[in-house]
Amino acid sequence: MCNSVLQVDVIIPTQTKYLDLIGSIGEHIAKDIDDFSGDREALAYHLNLVLTEATTNAIKHATLTTPKDTVRITIHIQDNELNIKVYDHGQGFDLETVPLPNFEQPKESGMGLYFIRTFMDSVTYTKQDDCNVLEITKYL
Amino acid sequence: MKLKLEKINDCSVIFIEEERIDAHNSGELKAYILQLIENGDVNIIVQLENVRFIDSSGLGALLSGHKNAAAKSGKLGLACCKQQVLSMFELTRLNRVFEIYTDLNEAFENEA
Repeated sequence: MCNSVLQVDVIIPTQTKYLDLIGSIGEHIAKDIDDFSGDREALAYHLNLVLTEATTNAIKHATLTTPKDTVRITIHIQDNELNIKVYDHGQGFDLETVPLPNFEQPKESGMGLYFIRTFMDSVTYTKQDDCNVLEITKYL
Repeated sequence: MKLKLEKINDCSVIFIEEERIDAHNSGELKAYILQLIENGDVNIIVQLENVRFIDSSGLGALLSGHKNAAAKSGKLGLACCKQQVLSMFELTRLNRVFEIYTDLNEAFENEA
């Protein structure tokens, strides 16, 4: 069992140059999680990827409406549950209507959410009072 | 996007000199490849030895290059992928779209 608690809370400008920073935080967390018996290198890549994709989405949504906005990302680990929340201030979208990529006729875009869904255990996108929250959970 | 271009055996070889291809630099990579194709260099190999991370936008940039090269009867292949980068192509089944070579020697043997 993993009994320790970890909470990371980061706010970045809506600029893609910060993707490396956010992805790296995910990698470091994967490498430092206590009592994780799975493939640590794979988890590091997957967390890097999921945080990168989720933050990219939030930056894209925000820059369409308010270019000087910020994106807030929180990562919380407790009781073997890793929870990521990415807050954006854009118009939002309906997660349920995002289609799976067509692997027979691959397109240049539309794979980000597929990666998040593939590597994590649950994904929700909800509208709150003044923002949208993409919430991602993985059981370790 | 840091990269280096070399003409080897009539192929344009793009050496990516970044560890990450993500939404910060993939647009630049896509535009660079498109410009190369516009200039008539339609046989391209992207050497990914230094790349240890690629996201969906990076895959998209390479796919764009592949489609545009093919449209001009050319080819865009990949070489020297690290295992985790390769696994992204496998997950999206793009390994069936791209020619993926272990190294540049193998690439030239097959492109010749």
